[in-house]
Amino acid sequence: MDKTENNKAWWLVLPVFLVVAFSAILPLMTVVNYSMQDTFGNNQFFWNGVGWFIELLDPSTDLGGRFFDALWRNLMFSGIILAIEVPLGIAVALAMPRQGWTVAACLIVMALPLLVPWNVVGTIWQVFARSDIGLFGAVVNGLGIPFNYSQNALSAWVTIVLMDVWHWTSLVALLSYAGLKSIPDAYYQAARIDGASGWAVFRKIQLPKMRRVLLIAVLLRFMDSFMIYTEPFVVTGGGPGNSTTFLSIDLVKLALGQFDLGKAAAVSIVYNLIILAVCWVFYTVITQMDAKGRRS
Amino acid sequence: MARIDLQDLAHSYHPNPASDADYALKPMTRTWDDGGAYALLGPSGCGKTTLLNIISGLIIPSRGKILFDGADISTLPTEKRNIAQVFQFPVIYDTMSVYDNLAFPLRNRRVPEKEVDARVREIAGMLDLGRDLSRPATGLTADAKQKISLGRGLVRSDVSAILFDEPLTVIDPHLKWELRSKIKELHRRLPLTLIYVTHDQTEALTIADQVVVMYDGGVMQSGSPEDLFERPDHTFVGKFIGSPGMNILPCRLDGTTATVGDQAIAVPNVGRPTGNGPLELGIRPEYVTLAPVGIGLPVQIKRIDDLGRSRIARVELSGQALIATVPEGASITGTEASVLLDPRALHLYEGGFRRAPTQEVRPQEVHHG
Repeated sequence: MDKTENNKAWWLVLPVFLVVAFSAILPLMTVVNYSMQDTFGNNQFFWNGVGWFIELLDPSTDLGGRFFDALWRNLMFSGIILAIEVPLGIAVALAMPRQGWTVAACLIVMALPLLVPWNVVGTIWQVFARSDIGLFGAVVNGLGIPFNYSQNALSAWVTIVLMDVWHWTSLVALLSYAGLKSIPDAYYQAARIDGASGWAVFRKIQLPKMRRVLLIAVLLRFMDSFMIYTEPFVVTGGGPGNSTTFLSIDLVKLALGQFDLGKAAAVSIVYNLIILAVCWVFYTVITQMDAKGRRS
Repeated sequence: MARIDLQDLAHSYHPNPASDADYALKPMTRTWDDGGAYALLGPSGCGKTTLLNIISGLIIPSRGKILFDGADISTLPTEKRNIAQVFQFPVIYDTMSVYDNLAFPLRNRRVPEKEVDARVREIAGMLDLGRDLSRPATGLTADAKQKISLGRGLVRSDVSAILFDEPLTVIDPHLKWELRSKIKELHRRLPLTLIYVTHDQTEALTIADQVVVMYDGGVMQSGSPEDLFERPDHTFVGKFIGSPGMNILPCRLDGTTATVGDQAIAVPNVGRPTGNGPLELGIRPEYVTLAPVGIGLPVQIKRIDDLGRSRIARVELSGQALIATVPEGASITGTEASVLLDPRALHLYEGGFRRAPTQEVRPQEVHHG
């Protein structure tokens, strides 16, 4: 079949090209541009090639050292909150009522922390955990356990982990609840007839049926906690010392505190690549599960 | 093995049922024999699933008792009753293989693994699942999954009754027939009481020896497929069983003469009406034959439906709609015709219930649908 070639059709792609160029390519290239240069102010830039990246990926240098420290802190934080929020969220979902007016009440109460602006969550916990006037901090101190998040690294970690658990466990719980609700009654009835114990029902019916939503919950919580900035910034400001300085906090210190635009741009790109890589892994896992699900 | 007795059994989903209408299942007493095949047949919402769930123990009845072989089990939990149940949608354990699915009820009851293996292989053989044993259960077709659900019930050697809750709903039409005969075959081979809930009369009539027709929480009639076809106890049974259902015509009665509109029809002697509701004349389309004008009762033809193997005529008799069978090879012209009613297949209903003739006359020849 003969097709008329008309290269004017390429003009039709132009609007999309412009939108993508202004929204993604140009900002990204600006960062790439900065990451190759150094500046000492006065809008003067000096070419540095891949120097920043070499320094960044070498933990023995100053830049590399603080980058890897922040990265480990971030991974540890994500690991801790996932280890708490996922089992806790599932437990809460299992304990939630299945019918009656209490369902609506529970859902609303569960949704409330999710509606609080992140800044406000930080402020609430900043006050709540204060060792002098905060209800939580003062009570813990009153019990004879020394607790001060502005001087003690452990206290600071306990505070921000508790804050994240308070803020986000309901997300995991709500997703798990949705997964639980989608299980037809016949499964539970069949399990009773088969003489299955409560644990067997959980392992063989509830958990497999929740697998998909749990994977999404883990993905969301990992990404969010890996990019966390506002709440620890409000509560601890990254301290005491650098004990709660996560990647995003460190990035802001580099870029806006020290005005090291080149280093900050290099950190941004590597940070971004890590997130893209994790996204890709999750995407692959989910699509593979989908393909498996379709075959059944 | 179990005989099942229902004694004054009733259930209401209301905590304090005030009237009859509050009962999803109206009080009933009946006995189901050990090893029998029973179908509970009725439209949606007639209480058949409620009754099934009471037998399986998923619902505790608000009134009455259920006995298995004379022992009262009304309040016994499901897992303590020796029953198996197959649900409308296949229930399989996604993460397990077909083998593990079948072994699950036995392992939960701590049966020794050697015995489990023997039972699983035996049942898988019966259900033609032998080749799929090592496969994950999640990748199978709906009918194979339903066989697994059935198999999980059958592996237990202590099962005395197996309950089916519309198990063929999600099965492809061409496989329904196959699975139906499989169930029938298993029932012949295993000493089980079989209770089968369905709204599909073909399923009920082919699987069961005794069909229990339910409507609005009550049992309308319980009998063999032939009883339900030839002598429906209630106009509901007449209309619900058969395709198309029974013709029901309002009539007046004078001795052995029923009058429909302005046409007199000779009927069996059923005694005097008691005045409990309107009188109706019932006859199945199979026993109404279309004939040329002048031979029988005059009718107007409205439409002829070709059912493939046979033809039926929708006609009007004195303004009443009636369905008649068109004899093979008969040519129909014009709208005027007449119908012949087989006098032995005429039934009189008063307030919906059949009035038995003082001398029961049975049709000699049976033409099923």
